[in-house]
Amino acid sequence: MIDMHLPILLIVVPLVSAPLCVLLRQKTLVWAFASLVCVASLGMASMLLIRVLEEGVISYAIGGWIAPWGIEYRVDTINAFVLLLVSIIAAVLMFFALPSVADEISGKQHYLFYTAYLLCFTGLMGIAITGDAFNVFVFLEISSLSSYTLIALGRDRRALTASYQYLIMGTLGATFIVIGIGLMYMMTGTLNMFDLSERLPAMFETRTAMVAFAFLTVGMLIKLAMFPMHMWLPNAYCYAPSLVTAFLAATATKVSIYVFLRFTFTVWGTEFVFEKLNLDAFLIPLSLIGIYVASLSAIYQTNVKRLLAYSSVAQIGYMMLGIGFVSVTGLTGGIVHLFNHALMKAALFLSVGSAVLRLGSSDLADWKGLGRRMPVTMAAFVLAGLSLIGVPLTVGFISKWYLILAALEAGWWPIALLALLSSLLAVIYVWRVVEVAYFQKADDDSNVQEAPLMMQISMWILTGATLYFGIQTDLTVSVAQRAAGLLLGVTP
Amino acid sequence: MISVGLFNYWACMVLMMIGLYTAIARPNLIKKLIGLSIFQVSVFLLYISIGKVSGGTAPILAEGIVVYSNPLPHVLILTAIVVGIATLSLGLALVVRIGEAYDTIEEDKIIEQDLVND
Repeated sequence: MIDMHLPILLIVVPLVSAPLCVLLRQKTLVWAFASLVCVASLGMASMLLIRVLEEGVISYAIGGWIAPWGIEYRVDTINAFVLLLVSIIAAVLMFFALPSVADEISGKQHYLFYTAYLLCFTGLMGIAITGDAFNVFVFLEISSLSSYTLIALGRDRRALTASYQYLIMGTLGATFIVIGIGLMYMMTGTLNMFDLSERLPAMFETRTAMVAFAFLTVGMLIKLAMFPMHMWLPNAYCYAPSLVTAFLAATATKVSIYVFLRFTFTVWGTEFVFEKLNLDAFLIPLSLIGIYVASLSAIYQTNVKRLLAYSSVAQIGYMMLGIGFVSVTGLTGGIVHLFNHALMKAALFLSVGSAVLRLGSSDLADWKGLGRRMPVTMAAFVLAGLSLIGVPLTVGFISKWYLILAALEAGWWPIALLALLSSLLAVIYVWRVVEVAYFQKADDDSNVQEAPLMMQISMWILTGATLYFGIQTDLTVSVAQRAAGLLLGVTP
Repeated sequence: MISVGLFNYWACMVLMMIGLYTAIARPNLIKKLIGLSIFQVSVFLLYISIGKVSGGTAPILAEGIVVYSNPLPHVLILTAIVVGIATLSLGLALVVRIGEAYDTIEEDKIIEQDLVND
């Protein structure tokens, strides 16, 4: 019975829990409740993925209204994978949340913080699960509005301006998406994604269809922080509270990439997007430029959080590069990297968050000798950093491997070479942090304690996962391959 | 008749561009938000224009009437209006906090202050 309603429960449970947090109010109680909700969602998301892998696509008609009239939740391999990713990250971060939120957020606001956190989580899950184009926008705004609030809670006053800037860019992006969806509705009279994909081909020749696609794509590219539309991202990640940075870096842009995949491949179809409009001729160069420009900017940053934020922009470039190849191998690389990058970036931002808790700063200058003062935290940073570079036996290697394989498969060896060379830039920016932390002596000899156990649990679960999935690739790669085949219409 | 039919779309495109320009080019944070709101409202107009069926009346069941306008875009826009209000109020709340923290809501002066602190 419950099994039947899994797709809707996954949304309703966190959505209803968010206002309940306001009623509970008491700090530890709210934390325990929010953790419980995240863990329950993780359980439901894993059950859903297992069911999808066994039975194929699950369609859920909300309120019994049959699609295309009602809103349909449609779960296939790709979004089950994204749902699992978001709920894993949300649940694992809850360990880290207890000490980190106590330190960074004023005591009176804790219950509001967890309310916004759960709302953001609901929004992201909703975007991933829904099969209705307008519903995507609604959930997008739920997650965006709560993430603006979360970012503004940062201690530095620049968190406010970062949040404001993100609000302007994010709303412009979301409104572009609504215009695109409106024009699609105008041409086809339907909002159901599956229905749209069947009706749109008849409209491909019209100018309205092209305009709809253009608005939609630009909106999505702003949301996923594709170069050169990434300007909101570095500040937002830099000044947000540590927990929020880790959560958003690991989930928000990833879910936006999923939206991009869903609209370009499932709704519009490869024939229109890549054969008629040649979007790949635009995606591949932009991704490569993005990788290089963002990596170079990362090298010159003096703040570790900002350095990692620029690195995120570069990593998004790799995902979009994989998507730009429009082949099963390329998409597999992109989707695997989406999962892998979420793990490693969350691990990195958590180790930075632990250092911020003890040092009160993420400035590289204050990190001198940190390798000796907080060995466990820095060890996690180094391991996740190796993954960012793409060293064998880490997850980063797996995704780069598939990307380069896809480039060679298409016969574009210069792109393979460029992607390989760009890893060297990652070596430089990770090395800068390692050099300061391990080879420079601290200015003062004051003792710095190691991070609290709760933080280390989160940090090491994620760091362990980057190593585990680097060696045991069956699960991630096979799911990503099935998803890629599904998107390209190769496998049912 | 056709020119009248396209009037709505022209109006919403003009509003859209005014809003977009204001949101991007104005240094005053409140004016930016006003621009953003105009931009969003133009999209509401676009949706409502899409729902119009020529010769159709309000979608309320009545005897003797066969042609109704499409009510679905109206419902969608009700949702979008709520989202727009939430965005605007959150934006204004942020501006209040920024005003308290920086003593100004002009973007160039805020950037100046941040540069001095770095």
